[in-house]
Amino acid sequence: MTPHLEIKNLHVQVEGKAILKGIDLTIQPGEIHAIMGPNGSGKSTLANTLAGHPKYVITQGDVLYQGESVLDWGPDERAQKGIFLAFQYPMAIPGVTVANFLRTALNAKRRATGANGNSKSISIPEFRKLMIKQMELLKLDPTFATRYLNDGFSGGEKKRVEILQMAVLNPQLAVLDETDSGLDIDALRIVSEGVNAVMNPQLGILLITHYQRILNYIKPQFIHVLVSGKLAMSGGPELALQLEEKGYDWIIAAAAK
Amino acid sequence: MTEQHKPTFDIGSSGSEYKEKYGFFDPEKYVFKAKKGLNREIVEEISWMKNEPDWMRQYRLRALETFYQKPMPQWGGNINDIDFDDIYYFLRATDKSERSWEDVPDDIKKTFDRLGIPEAERKFLSGVGAQYESEVVYHNIKESLSKQGVIFLGMDQALAEHPDLVKKYFGTVIPSADNKFAALNSAVWSGGSFIYVPKGVHVEMPLQAYFRINAQNMGQFERTLIIADEGSYVHYVEGCTAPIYSSDSLHSAVVEIVIHKGARVRYTTIQNWSSNVYNLVTKRAVAYEDATMEWVDCNLGSKLTMKYPAVYMMGKGAHGEILSVAFAGKGQHQDAGGKVVHGAPNTSSIITSKSISKDGGRTSYRGLLKVYPGAVGSKSNVRCDALLLDETSRSDTYPYIEVDEDDVTIGHEASVSKIGEEQLFYLMSRGLSEAEAATMIVSGFIEPIVKELPMEFAVEMNRLIQLQMEGSVG
Ligand SMILES: Nc1ncnc2c1ncn2[C@@H]1O[C@H](COP(=O)(O)OP(=O)(O)OP(=O)(O)O)[C@@H](O)[C@H]1O
Ligand SMILES: [Mg+2]
Repeated sequence: MTPHLEIKNLHVQVEGKAILKGIDLTIQPGEIHAIMGPNGSGKSTLANTLAGHPKYVITQGDVLYQGESVLDWGPDERAQKGIFLAFQYPMAIPGVTVANFLRTALNAKRRATGANGNSKSISIPEFRKLMIKQMELLKLDPTFATRYLNDGFSGGEKKRVEILQMAVLNPQLAVLDETDSGLDIDALRIVSEGVNAVMNPQLGILLITHYQRILNYIKPQFIHVLVSGKLAMSGGPELALQLEEKGYDWIIAAAAK
Repeated sequence: MTEQHKPTFDIGSSGSEYKEKYGFFDPEKYVFKAKKGLNREIVEEISWMKNEPDWMRQYRLRALETFYQKPMPQWGGNINDIDFDDIYYFLRATDKSERSWEDVPDDIKKTFDRLGIPEAERKFLSGVGAQYESEVVYHNIKESLSKQGVIFLGMDQALAEHPDLVKKYFGTVIPSADNKFAALNSAVWSGGSFIYVPKGVHVEMPLQAYFRINAQNMGQFERTLIIADEGSYVHYVEGCTAPIYSSDSLHSAVVEIVIHKGARVRYTTIQNWSSNVYNLVTKRAVAYEDATMEWVDCNLGSKLTMKYPAVYMMGKGAHGEILSVAFAGKGQHQDAGGKVVHGAPNTSSIITSKSISKDGGRTSYRGLLKVYPGAVGSKSNVRCDALLLDETSRSDTYPYIEVDEDDVTIGHEASVSKIGEEQLFYLMSRGLSEAEAATMIVSGFIEPIVKELPMEFAVEMNRLIQLQMEGSVG
């Protein structure tokens, strides 16, 4: 069976500096993988690379999505084909409402793929219904639909709206970069439940986090530890608990050997 | 009280007392043939053709002398290429060049298609219809308006039907000697709108007029005068709903607005002349006690626009607001901005300018804030933001501030930003193409002003921005 996502010996440079130094990772549909690791170890670099950020230059290796190399695809094409990145730091787009933006994005995707057997634009009422349903799920106040995208949003609100976008766009591969950071205790639960509601057997998730807490809600089958641009250790859910207890030093020490 | 419309101080250099040299003019001698060029005969002909009262004829002739005397402005954009002798100043219906739909260039037809403009209107906009040149061709007066006593006429017709009212206000806000192009307009004006709104009358729907340039090298010199009597309200919308077909042309309009006590006028423009038009327009409003003037001025087209809508706040508590959008694409220069003059206590003004430059286009914000002594408690806030879409484009800011009163509150903020790579990536990571993402960022940038437009114009504006972003306009 062709892997859903296959990262092979991935080396990435940013502004001439090597950040990722040989990553291998395979994700199958329906799987959740968590990546943990110290600040600056390259987690967001991996996320941005998967989404096709032009600043992140792949110097070696490959990324295959459903068996095809994504390297020649721009970020828009990747998104249209079902790859989604929930940003660690979502950008504000003043003057563009959440609703208008999301409808445009959904239509771009439909146009490209004919998703749901329908390549036509979604009608405004149909879209509104879809969006309101997902907003309720994420306990987002309906006024967010007409607010300008991430403009003046609190940190937690931004993260919720990232997951709203994921829910509306219904991707097949979602990379969630520290979606739990900045969320209060209730919001963490609500957002996690939102992710779980979107979860389906066709979806693979790569969840980047610093904290074991979110893993109480979203249950990954695999945990990977990224240290200095390499996956230093992989394991099951129990690894997260160990990290919570012992920190990264023992892994860094082991990796150094 | 009847003299109230006279500004309390000189709002432009007053015209020198010109002695009428030619008191007599015999139309019989005249050869009725449209001619290029500018001279006394042409001006006399225009006035004669329109059967104008003598005072207007003399006004025109004096203005012509002023035009000759004034040097070309050497600031703003480059207008030295304008050849005043190569322009038709007036075309009559009888000798206008009929154009057929087949002659309209394909790209213009395509643009009409994409704008979804109905057939009839397309023909009209491209000058195919059987309308008179340089007359106001589209006046939509609802019966209810005339019942309310609202006068909404073409300027020529207003002069014929309401000569006293026109005479009382004409040229009082913008004297012909205000600047070279105001003088030119005063000499050769034709068409434009006249609106009078009686005391206390609120005109609910926006009044609209469409202007166009039909013939090649045809100057468009419309003249608009709006008078809002005490406590009234009117919104005037001047929009060309499509790019207008024309070769190198000069559009030089004068718009005068008088707003009496407690009245409010909003004047909205969506300017989308084709990219070979020089658009040199003087727009000015005088707002008396507690009156409000709002200019919403969107400039997308033209080769060069020089336009700075002004509000002279001459009565206490008057308020002026200028919302300006300028988009300069390849080969375009938008020199736009606004002028607010505080001439009375507790007056307030806001200027908001948003400019976008693309493909080597150039935008300039040029603004004047003037506060006269005695305008105590006045407030003014100026904010101009520029967005550059690439390295070759340019944006400049020329904010002039002259404040002769201590008791005032003044704010000025300016920003220039480049379209952000991170913003583009964010939008593209959701499936938008680079062009869609950039268009969305630009639309968002001007949204605070676009949301002030009537619904159908906001839609229009967004479509035009889209076309500009694709570089297919002009
Ligand atoms: N656009 C960029 N320009 C310059 N340096 C960058 C850029 N992106 C990442 N880096 C550098 O690459 C390294 C890895 O950064 P990255 O954001 O991937 O870390 P991270 O693991 O996500 O950290 P955190 O846990 O703090 O989010 C850091 O040293 C960072 O400074
Ligand atoms: Mg990070």
